[in-house]
Amino acid sequence: MTPETAYAEAMKFENRANPYPFFDELRKTPVARVANGIYAVTGYRELMTLAHDPRVSSDTSHSPLGAASAAGAKAEADHMKAYGRAMSMITSDPPDHDRMRRQAMRHFGPPHTPDLIESMGSGIQLLCNRLLDKAKGKTRIDIVDDYAYPVPVAVICKILGVPLKDEPTFHGWIYDFMAGLMDMGPEITTDEGKARAAKGKESTAALVQYLTELINRFVREPGESMLSKMVNDDGPDGPMAPRDAVANATLLLIAGHDSTVNTIAHCVLTVLRNPGSLELLRGRPELIPGAIEEVLRLESAVQFFPSRSALADIEIAGTVIPKGSAVFLIYGAANRDPSRFPNPNKFDPERRDNEHFGWGSGIHTCFGGPLARLEVNLALETFLRRAENSRLVVDPPPYRQSNVFRGPRHLFIDFDRIRD
Amino acid sequence: MKTAALVADLVTEFKTNGRIVIVGASLAGLRAAETLRDEGFNGKLTIIGDEKHEPYDRPPLSKQVLKGWVRADHTLLPRTRNVDAEWRLGVAATGLDRSSKQVRLANGDQVPFDRLLIATGTRARPWFNPKEATLEGVFTLRTSDEAAQLQAALAAKPGRVLIVGAGFIGSEMASVCRELGLAVTVAERAEAPLVGALGGVIGDIAAEMQRDHGVDLRTGVSVEALEGDAKGHVRRARLSDGTALDVDVVVASLGSIRNTEWLEGAGLATGRWGVACDAGCRVFDINGVVTDSIFVAGDIARAPHVLYEYQFLVLEHWDNAVFGGRVAAHNMVSLEPDRRPHLPLPAFWSGQFGVNIKGVGVGPFGDEIVITQGSVKERRFAATYGRRGRIVAAVTFNHGKWLEYYGAMIERSAPFPPPPPGYDQAGDMKPIPARFPPPGVPTGIPDVVLTGHDPTDRSAEYRPKRR
Repeated sequence: MTPETAYAEAMKFENRANPYPFFDELRKTPVARVANGIYAVTGYRELMTLAHDPRVSSDTSHSPLGAASAAGAKAEADHMKAYGRAMSMITSDPPDHDRMRRQAMRHFGPPHTPDLIESMGSGIQLLCNRLLDKAKGKTRIDIVDDYAYPVPVAVICKILGVPLKDEPTFHGWIYDFMAGLMDMGPEITTDEGKARAAKGKESTAALVQYLTELINRFVREPGESMLSKMVNDDGPDGPMAPRDAVANATLLLIAGHDSTVNTIAHCVLTVLRNPGSLELLRGRPELIPGAIEEVLRLESAVQFFPSRSALADIEIAGTVIPKGSAVFLIYGAANRDPSRFPNPNKFDPERRDNEHFGWGSGIHTCFGGPLARLEVNLALETFLRRAENSRLVVDPPPYRQSNVFRGPRHLFIDFDRIRD
Repeated sequence: MKTAALVADLVTEFKTNGRIVIVGASLAGLRAAETLRDEGFNGKLTIIGDEKHEPYDRPPLSKQVLKGWVRADHTLLPRTRNVDAEWRLGVAATGLDRSSKQVRLANGDQVPFDRLLIATGTRARPWFNPKEATLEGVFTLRTSDEAAQLQAALAAKPGRVLIVGAGFIGSEMASVCRELGLAVTVAERAEAPLVGALGGVIGDIAAEMQRDHGVDLRTGVSVEALEGDAKGHVRRARLSDGTALDVDVVVASLGSIRNTEWLEGAGLATGRWGVACDAGCRVFDINGVVTDSIFVAGDIARAPHVLYEYQFLVLEHWDNAVFGGRVAAHNMVSLEPDRRPHLPLPAFWSGQFGVNIKGVGVGPFGDEIVITQGSVKERRFAATYGRRGRIVAAVTFNHGKWLEYYGAMIERSAPFPPPPPGYDQAGDMKPIPARFPPPGVPTGIPDVVLTGHDPTDRSAEYRPKRR
């Protein structure tokens, strides 16, 4: 199988539940040209190297893909001209990236905001319990819709200051964004795919418009939420410019819950799929944090992010990535590199040396990781403790369209009862 | 086949009934002890330490402890497992008899071993004038007890603090003093702070940081004398430039002395420069022949390093103690071909004046520097050091996430200067002299001489120092 074929197969929707055999094929060439102007990186060491190389840019205006989509988005968002072309931190390079990350982190984590994440714990626990209380008397739930989704979306709304009552509205927009703009597979060029992409752009514009109004309100009426503090705070870098704040608010709202949903669902799926794991983790809950890292290794919530490109010719693993090429760091593939992880396809909750790429690597390492860890830990621990004799209804479950943010669309679980 | 079985039997027998002694209840010693148990060593394990404390962490002593956030006795190292050892704390090892395989203790006890790990580390170099050193208000900082005393002195809001020596520890202490709102003078013999480790180019930046934070930094001077009041408390310091300072606290931050005196006469390759060993942590005897039962780890281990032309280097870094301890432990309970090398990429960090400084490699091995990424003005940047066209070290100020990239280059002996970054380039990427001071010239009479005439009869001999 050529790298081109392996890549195309891995991206196909029909292989969404298990792209890994194709990633294994692809990894035979750890850095490979897989399409016109696109290089896929699937080897662990090669990915680590490129994630830390300052000649690899995350600024999508440098990428052959990003330039096209940025141009498209620009044309369609003319009504937003007042805000110019703003990039969030995930699609920016230093020094802009560093400044925005500092401006945002001041209101999210240590050293300036050391207590915020921990303070969410009791609310998360309460919510997990309430959702399972609702399932009392039933014997089946959809882990995705009934359990994994409601928790992180409520938490991120509270932290950012996005009204939870607007969730039904932005939920649809984000769904369209994921299905239309975060599908790098061959289907996107079909008529159906083009319609999805168009709808994705439209919904993204609506989401950006919505967050623009929210940010404008915070500029006028400062409050206590993270987004409000970002645009009003007078830290060493000054307040974040409203147009940057809109771009980062979009990023934080989407990435702040979607990947968590996928991770919770994949945790439940992986534990139930592997006989003995449920009993092991229930008997020794201290193994849960390590088990979650192992799930992130096996089922990285962000399989790759199509932002990066080479700013110079970069020679690596016998391949020269030409200047100007898109560079896809495929975390989901590198995380199963047998030269780094023995028995890479095995779910081993007690795996010790597990420095995986589930949170990325380098300066763009997951901003919300500590919050996500807390949410997933509480959600998984509560589920394992309270659901009696749970088992999968269908395996593999149906998957969502996106091959970037990959996760089950539904995950039906049968159980005997929910314990108190 | 038969030999292999014999070797396996030997290892099993040793793991069951062997006796291991670790001298140094330190970071290296503790991690080594844990590794020994992890590797299935079930024999008798003794850990000897001259301090009364269980193994504790030192990096916080010059930072969080001095600032008063963490008590000096609250930095005990976390344990990764139960080590089931006999702890001999508060009693120093004073000698080693290799023929009877015993460690002598200060209280006269003899502790027998089959394998020995030396992890005695270093101590603070005391103030050079013993009489002045006894003045109240004169401190050094290396141990937990010293940190407790200095912290109490700083908390008492002294007038002016004088720190003699602007290495990493001296600079960190100056930073804490400013955070506590104390007036502080730093006196440094070199042209700038940190020049020994990072050179004059970075030293100039460190000097600016100190002055911007209100430190009275005096470079190119030494402190020649300390004077006390009638009660024996230090009150005045005389500097080599003829000036004098009124001071209430003086901290001598003059580097460290390696704790190898207890090994004098043991017939090992030890001295002021440390304990020489191979890359597998096995100690050389006085002739330079490797021993098979004596190992060394941590701040005093001096081993040849493949990345630095096989020069013998000591690496007084935290993770060198951890990984060196682990490799030494593994090799203590293994035989060929299962022994492993300890081949660290040197790495260190410091926190001072709100800046996180991190480095990899050996800066002083290089002679040129190029600042690659970020902004010196904003004190967030990365710089690399080179020697003869290859990269040998890197340092970052508030830019540690890029170290991985430079570390990988150092491991590959990649060309210097490195290729320009694609964004946030710091300057013109032209290397300039790094301005390291010339290496120190060893003084005094050598401790070891070569004796014997017949080639089969030649050996090194230890000549005790005149004290």
